[in-house]
Amino acid sequence: MLTVATGNKAVAAAVKAAKPAVVAAYPITPQTEIVEQIAEYVTSGEMDARYIPVESEHSAMTACIGASITGVRSFTATSSHGLLYMHEMLHWAAGARLPIVMANVNRALGPGWNVWAEHSDAFSQRDTGWIQIFVGTVQEAYDTTLMAFRIAEDQGVLLPVMVNLDGFTLSHIMQSLETLDPGDYIPPLVLPHRIDTENPAGYGTLTGPADYFKFRWGMEKAMRTAPSVIRDAEEEFFRRFGRRYGPVEEYLCEDADVVVVALGTLGVEAEVAVDLLRKEGIKAGSMRIRWFRPFPDLDVAGRDLVVLDRGYSFGFGGVLSDSIRSRYPSASIYSVVAGLGGQEVTYDDIADFIRDRKMGEEYWFGVDA
Amino acid sequence: MFEIRIHSRGGQGGVTAARLLAMASFLDKKHATAAPFYGAERRGAPVVSFVRIDDQQIKIYSQIRSPNLIIVLDGSIMDSVDVLQGIQPGGTVLINSPHPVDLPNVNVLTIDLTGIALSVNLVVAGSPILNTPVLGALAKMGVITRESAEAAIRGMFTDERNVQAAEAAFKELIV
Amino acid sequence: MIRMAEIPKEEYLEKCTTACAGCTSSLTLRYVLKAAGPDTVLVVPACCTSILQGTYPNTAFSVPVYNIAFAAAAACASGMSEAFSSIGKKTNVIVYAGDGGTVDIGIQALSGALERGTDFLYICYDNEAYGNTGMQRSGATPMGARTTTTPGGKTDAKKDIDRIVAAHNIPYQATATPAYPKDLFDKVKTALATPGPSFIHVLAPCPPGWRIASDMSVAVGKMAVKTGSWVLWERKYGELSISAPSKGAMKKRAPLREYLSLQGRFKGISESVVNELEQSIEKNLARLAKEEAGEC
Ligand SMILES: Cc1ncc(C[n+]2csc(CCOP(=O)(O)OP(=O)(O)O)c2C)c(N)n1
Ligand code: SF4
Ligand SMILES: [Mg+2]
Repeated sequence: MLTVATGNKAVAAAVKAAKPAVVAAYPITPQTEIVEQIAEYVTSGEMDARYIPVESEHSAMTACIGASITGVRSFTATSSHGLLYMHEMLHWAAGARLPIVMANVNRALGPGWNVWAEHSDAFSQRDTGWIQIFVGTVQEAYDTTLMAFRIAEDQGVLLPVMVNLDGFTLSHIMQSLETLDPGDYIPPLVLPHRIDTENPAGYGTLTGPADYFKFRWGMEKAMRTAPSVIRDAEEEFFRRFGRRYGPVEEYLCEDADVVVVALGTLGVEAEVAVDLLRKEGIKAGSMRIRWFRPFPDLDVAGRDLVVLDRGYSFGFGGVLSDSIRSRYPSASIYSVVAGLGGQEVTYDDIADFIRDRKMGEEYWFGVDA
Repeated sequence: MFEIRIHSRGGQGGVTAARLLAMASFLDKKHATAAPFYGAERRGAPVVSFVRIDDQQIKIYSQIRSPNLIIVLDGSIMDSVDVLQGIQPGGTVLINSPHPVDLPNVNVLTIDLTGIALSVNLVVAGSPILNTPVLGALAKMGVITRESAEAAIRGMFTDERNVQAAEAAFKELIV
Repeated sequence: MIRMAEIPKEEYLEKCTTACAGCTSSLTLRYVLKAAGPDTVLVVPACCTSILQGTYPNTAFSVPVYNIAFAAAAACASGMSEAFSSIGKKTNVIVYAGDGGTVDIGIQALSGALERGTDFLYICYDNEAYGNTGMQRSGATPMGARTTTTPGGKTDAKKDIDRIVAAHNIPYQATATPAYPKDLFDKVKTALATPGPSFIHVLAPCPPGWRIASDMSVAVGKMAVKTGSWVLWERKYGELSISAPSKGAMKKRAPLREYLSLQGRFKGISESVVNELEQSIEKNLARLAKEEAGEC
């Protein structure tokens, strides 16, 4: 069905279509609309799920863990401080190999209170073992949320998936949306290690180094399997529903001398900057990275990369730049720290970053050095 | 691309007006995005929302800096906010007001949306609803079609008075 | 009881707040700060009060306000209170937290601080939902109330935080509402004069959340007391006394319907839920009367 929706409503609609058995969530700006919409679906009977209105995000994630280990599908959504408050249980969910799907509406961190877009919330969960995907449009938020269940529940993966969408910029914007019936695109969940009283086992028991090590390696093996599973989920999505996605959304990259690299909505707006620069004769392109973990392969050889860093590792550098640099040590990078705390970054600004790039350097946009 | 900025107060329905307008444009087979700018607003605080309408996919997320059309749902905002900021040369301002308003160098249209809402008793929690009647005015201005305006309203509200108010605004606005 | 004319004229919450018109939480704050005076620090977790201060570098307060994470107010106050006393300062440390920050996410830190005997005043202003995020249910939302996450009306009962706090046997505990400002003012004074932890639970009617007109919030607060939905009392070192406005109400209660029908959030409430609410009022009143009479 063709309609218009906000990013938040799109996520809620996708969750409805994915039919989780349990949703446990806690409100936080700018994610609230997702929770409210799901509560509405459940109350009206449009969605046959248990909705647990928990008293904190720590409990939201933990309730999902409790539900998931019984072998049912579960979902939650959060943002910013809510995600941070879950942190302990994010490690738990991934370590316990539970295919929980979560929408994270990216927002800055306090103090001071700031409710606008930034990627630090997701970045600070980078090493928890969650698969992380960033989306750039309302439709993509919907489609990716559906894919997330299929990817998380794949027997070769069995890791939780976080779908990231920019706070307000995407969560609250209204764009066109085509909803669909996923049919058997998401096969029924089979959790091999689910709790089963017929087959009792201890879960999370004290574990010595040798076994512990195996479990950790199992997580990494799953991460290394994930790219082919995600590609397959994206291919199959295209085959069935006609919209194509990949690890990186490339725009006019083939012959580009300079490529702007970004996540989320900044990466969409960057395409407008690329069009502007092309008119000036500058061979610019754009790479919008969708999967942040596992990190995708990038074609960085022989071109300048202007990386928009919407999150920073203090004492080190822009988080996205760092990921690229450590994967491709020879990459030529100009790191632009921009968009923190919802800072406006327009296509004109992005075009300026490209025109004025100083390769190998870092630039904090909007700060007088 | 046609860019619109809507000024209202928190609770007056400016955000809903933007969403209805995007919906109507979409029904007109155009691309549209509607985005509220969220500050830490509370009931009664001035708020803005943005609508973009185009024939192609809209990839811009940053705020509208030079709108073609500015809609002011609450005239009292003009005392504290420069509603004309960045307006395109030759741009238009649509103001909810029972009286003509004179502003230099722009096309000004006025319509008494509050009066229209009250006349059909379109009042919720003591406040007249402005977001549906304004759609009628926008249809008259040719921003959206009359049919799509009505369909968008019916898609969001079941109370027919919303459509009546939009109809009344359509008839009343002189362009 | 203090006379209205004796309440200090000084304002520590300026008129430039960004609270909604008719917000009784900000009204409460005005009286709290008048009672506390300038040597006071407010500790505020995420809630409406985080917003109504305005935007940096402005602040609507003329006492320091320390904003802290949602779950963390009482723990922050613990550190602050110990620090002030370690350097010999008598500064009032007051947590001003919403119901969500108290009965839900903040309950662990609150319980810890009470148990440790922290010298501070914890005020929970109860608008019976998450106001900051647009009125979702909280543990303090009453049964039957519609919120954005209970569109059909809440099916669970309001969590009785007062009895949970009472189980910590703290020196001073009270309930209040700004519809009775003198009572509120006196209780804050008493709390601050009592060493160790104090807890005041304030009912704060909220126009957008309760779906009432902005000029009705004080009247609704009065009606809460008159119907016995909200009972004003204080407990000093374990001795309970029911406060004057509620004494009157207990003799002849206004019908509960008169309170509910003033508020849009109870629209369409079923007869059986009204009965449940009625029964819980009766139970609560009976329990308090017994305790006051020393019968428990
Ligand atoms: C860990 C965390 N989760 C969620 C939020 C979002 N949040 C901020 S205030 C609030 C509700 C506050 O409700 P309450 O304590 O009742 O105060 P009120 O807003 O009603 O004044 C929520 C859910 C947050 N800031 N931090
Ligand atoms: S939502 Fe309610 S509590 Fe919050 S500022 Fe408005 S009136 Fe006050
Ligand atoms: Mg509250």
